[in-house]
Amino acid sequence: MEFTFENNIPIYIQLLDYMKIYLISGVFKSGEKLPSVREFATTFKVNPNTMQKALSELESMNLIYTERTNGKYVTKDEKIIEKLKDEYAMTLAKSYFQGMKRIGLGKADSIKYLERIKG
Amino acid sequence: MELLEIKSLDKKYGDKYALKDINLKLSGGKIIGLLGKNGAGKTTLIKLINDLLTPTSGEILIKGNKVGVETKKIVSYLPERTYLNKQMKVNEVLSYFEDFYENFDAQKARKLLKDLDLDENQKLSKMSKGMQEKVQLVLVMSRNADLYILDEPLGGVDPATRDYILDTILSNFNENASVIISTHLISDIERILDEVVFIDKGKIVLQSDTDELRKKENASIDEIFRRMFKC
Repeated sequence: MEFTFENNIPIYIQLLDYMKIYLISGVFKSGEKLPSVREFATTFKVNPNTMQKALSELESMNLIYTERTNGKYVTKDEKIIEKLKDEYAMTLAKSYFQGMKRIGLGKADSIKYLERIKG
Repeated sequence: MELLEIKSLDKKYGDKYALKDINLKLSGGKIIGLLGKNGAGKTTLIKLINDLLTPTSGEILIKGNKVGVETKKIVSYLPERTYLNKQMKVNEVLSYFEDFYENFDAQKARKLLKDLDLDENQKLSKMSKGMQEKVQLVLVMSRNADLYILDEPLGGVDPATRDYILDTILSNFNENASVIISTHLISDIERILDEVVFIDKGKIVLQSDTDELRKKENASIDEIFRRMFKC
């Protein structure tokens, strides 16, 4: 997979976003060991220091934790991941409604459009 | 100890200041962009760090040592213009580098040359400008140095190769080494930079963490640079 980054948004924030999606979608499961900073940096083609910063942020959000000498793991607390998923879904939903509002469509109309999407 | 420390550095050509009161500290393990317009003083600063010019006043320390023979062993420098004998074949240049630098890793160089589809048996004079630039970059990145200084490394290469070169820089610098990249092609390179140093009219006008600066200004480094130095 090719990862693309916008130059006008801090790179670590964009990495954080990719990582959140990985956690929500279960690419890395609760309690699973994560690849090293170096490996992540190679995959994303980013500076290892930037990757480190993104992982530190995830850690301060309690989404991952460091086991001394052993590396980093996804939190064992599945509730935290569930909460992240809920928040993320809410952000996506809000941004959809904001977009519709910009072209003059209210909530009820916006939902009708959602229902027209098949599958 | 800082990897690189520059204290109150001045450089005058005649009575004109090319650099004035430069103070800079860089630690290991970082990629730093030295950004400035043409004639801002980037190359002069780089040449001073490589002991190719003598400061008018002030001093430059690399791992605590004044620049000179000792520091040249740990600094790997890619100049703006090639200095290689174009009548040499690539493999001749390799053995030349092997003889010259203790920390040159010929095996690594061969691997990088292969990745870039460069023929070791070809004479430099038979290669295009872009190919010659690639050879030179491979040579410089294949030294196990503490500080890499790349003066306009992307100028003559195509965008696809640019990406490869950036990846090469990323995957080849080790945790203790730092890389200084001077360029005016900011948008191509800014994603890999830890820090930026803006230089204008011989002075350092800004030094910042790249992501912090993006966050603060809500813009890309390229945009911030353009705003700041609008003609």
